Amino acid sequence: MTEPGSKFRKKRLDRGIKARADTIFAVASWREILYLLLPRALPAGFLLLLPLFLDGYWEKVLVYACMFGLLALSWDFLASCGLFSLGQSLFFGLGAYLAGGLNYYLHWPPVVTLPVATIGGGLICSALLSPVMRLRGVYFAMVTLMLPILFMKGIEATGLLGGTHGLSALSPLVHDKVSAYLAVLGFLVCLFAFRRVINSDYGLVLMAIRDDDRAVMSGGINIYWRKSQALFIAGSVGAFAGALMTHHYQFVGKSVFALDYSILPVAAVALGGQGSFAGAALGAMILVPLSEALRALGGLRIAIYCSILILSILTLPEGVFHYMERKYQQFETKVEVR
Amino acid sequence: MAAQGPILEVRRLSKNFGGVRAVHEVSFTLRRGEFLGVIGPNGSGKTTLVNLITGFVKPSSGSVFFKGAEITGKAPYKIAGLGLARTFQMVRLFYNLPAYKNVIIPLCSPRVKRLRGGKYGEKDDAAIDILDDMGFERDSFVPYKPAGSLPHGYLKRLDLARALALRPELLILDELFSGMSMSEVASTLPIIERLNQEGLTIVMIEHRLKELFRVVDRVLVLNFGMKIAEGTPSEVMESDAVKSAYLGIEVDVEAQAG
Ligand SMILES: Nc1ncnc2c1ncn2[C@@H]1O[C@H](COP(=O)(O)OP(=O)(O)O)[C@@H](O)[C@H]1O
Ligand SMILES: [Mg+2]
Repeated sequence: MTEPGSKFRKKRLDRGIKARADTIFAVASWREILYLLLPRALPAGFLLLLPLFLDGYWEKVLVYACMFGLLALSWDFLASCGLFSLGQSLFFGLGAYLAGGLNYYLHWPPVVTLPVATIGGGLICSALLSPVMRLRGVYFAMVTLMLPILFMKGIEATGLLGGTHGLSALSPLVHDKVSAYLAVLGFLVCLFAFRRVINSDYGLVLMAIRDDDRAVMSGGINIYWRKSQALFIAGSVGAFAGALMTHHYQFVGKSVFALDYSILPVAAVALGGQGSFAGAALGAMILVPLSEALRALGGLRIAIYCSILILSILTLPEGVFHYMERKYQQFETKVEVR
Repeated sequence: MAAQGPILEVRRLSKNFGGVRAVHEVSFTLRRGEFLGVIGPNGSGKTTLVNLITGFVKPSSGSVFFKGAEITGKAPYKIAGLGLARTFQMVRLFYNLPAYKNVIIPLCSPRVKRLRGGKYGEKDDAAIDILDDMGFERDSFVPYKPAGSLPHGYLKRLDLARALALRPELLILDELFSGMSMSEVASTLPIIERLNQEGLTIVMIEHRLKELFRVVDRVLVLNFGMKIAEGTPSEVMESDAVKSAYLGIEVDVEAQAG
C-alpha cells in the first residue's frame, strides 16, 4: 500500500455492522438500517421509476440494458460453480426462438410463450450442455462458443424457423411500458434472488464445486446434478431475456445467436466485478447506455468503447462494484509508517 | 445387504499407471468395527489403494464390495453417499470459506439429509458441534476463520471433521498425522480411538508406526503395490518379508518405544 517515497500507508477499518455470522445483523439504529437498506433500495427504486420517464428510443435502451443485465447475471451464476460460458447467446437465442416459434406457428399468446420459453429454454440448455459440463475451463467455454454458431448456421442453411428472414409480425406485449416493466422487474428479481441463493447453503455447494469438485464429491454430493441445475437456472434466465426481446420487437431472427450476446455480458461482469451479481448488474447498466451514447461518434464508437473497457479493467481489476462496496463498507485513513 | 458380513471386501484390486504397477492384486476384508492400519514405504501404492476404493481412480482389474454391494468403479459421490468417507493426504479444502462452512458441504448431501430426518436450518450448529469435537473451540474465532488462514494441523483436523460430517460407517484416513506436531497428534489420536470404540470402522494409513500400532487391531503392509504381509502389529513386524522390504522400521519402532 505504500506509495513510492511517502511514509504513509492506507489503513482500512470495517464499519462494524456485520456480526460474527454473515447471516445475522446486529442492527441497532435507524442510521444502521438505512446504511444497509439504501444501497439496495435506491438503485432498485430508481430502475422501477425509470420506465415512467423514458419513451421511445431510450426506453428501448433500458430494455436492452436489462436484457444484457440478465445475460450477465446468468453468466455470473454459472461462473459461481466454475462453468465459464462464452455462449450466453445460446440461452438468449433458444428463448427467443422458442417464444417466436410458438407464437408464430401455434399462435400462443405471450402470457404462455414467455413462461414456456423460459422453462423450456432452461431445460434445453441443461440437456445440451450437461454432456460437456465434465469438461474443464476452456473446453467447456469452447463448446458454449460453438453451439450458438451451430444454431445460427443451421437456421441459415435449412431455412427452418423463417431461415435468414426470421419470423416477423409476432404478438406484442400489450404496450411498450409492459415490456419495459417486465424487463426491469425480471432483472431486479433475478439480481436479488441470485444474491440470496448464493448466500444460502445451495450457493455454498455451488461455490465449493468451483473451488474443488473432488472435495465436494467426497462429501457425498452429486456435482453433475448440481451443475445441470445451475445450467437450467442460468439457461432459464437467458431464455427469459430472449423471449421478452422477441415479443418486444415482435420479431426474431438468426442474429439472436450473434456473438454480441455472448461477449457483452462477459465484458459487463469484467467491468462490474465477478461473484457478487451486483457487479454484473452494474456493469450491464454502465456498458449498454454507454455504447448507445457513443453512437453519436460514428466510426470511432467501438474503438472508444473498447478503450474505456480496457482502461477500467486495468485500473479497477476488482470491478467497479467491489471498489464502491469497499469504499462504502470501510473507513480509510492514512497512517504513518515507522 | 449382509449386515453380518464384512463391511469392506477388496478382491484382487490392481491399477497400472502406464507401466507403473501402482497397486497389484491386493485383496483384504474388513470386519465391522475393526481398526486396520496400512503401512508401506513411499510410493508403495497406499494412496492409490484409497483412491481405488473410494472411486476417485478406476481400477484396471479387481473388485470392491462395501456392505455386501459391489462399488467397483462407481462415482466417488455415490460411494461417499453409501457411508464411506475419506480424508486426503494432501488436504482438499475450500480455503476461502470459513472453516465451519467447509463442514456444511457434506451436511448438504442427500445422505446426511436422510440420516438427520429432514431437519433443516441448523446446519451451522451441527457443523460447529463437529468442529468443537475436533478441538476448534466453539467460543473462539477459530471455526469462523477462513480455512486458508489456519495452521496445517488445523487443516488436517478440518479435513477429518468434513469426513465425519458425512456420518460414515467406514472412515479411511490417508496419512492424517503427516505434518502434525507431536502435541497435535497426541490430542487427535484419542478422538480417533474413541470413534472406533463407538463402532466406526477405520482404515488408517500412517507413517508414525508407534502411534499406529497402539490403536490398530490389524496391519496390512504394501510394497511396490503388493500386499506383502497382514496380521497383528507384532506378527507383521516379525515377518521376514516386512523386515527385508521395510528395512530399518523395526529399529525405529524400538527406538521410539524406548
Ligand atoms: N495419477 C497417477 N499417475 C501416474 N502415476 C501415479 C499416479 N498416482 C500414483 N502414481 C504412482 O503410483 C505409485 C504409488 O503411489 P501412491 O499410491 O501415491 O503411493 P503412497 O501413497 O504409498 O506413497 C507411485 O509410483 C506413483 O508415482
Ligand atoms: Mg500416499
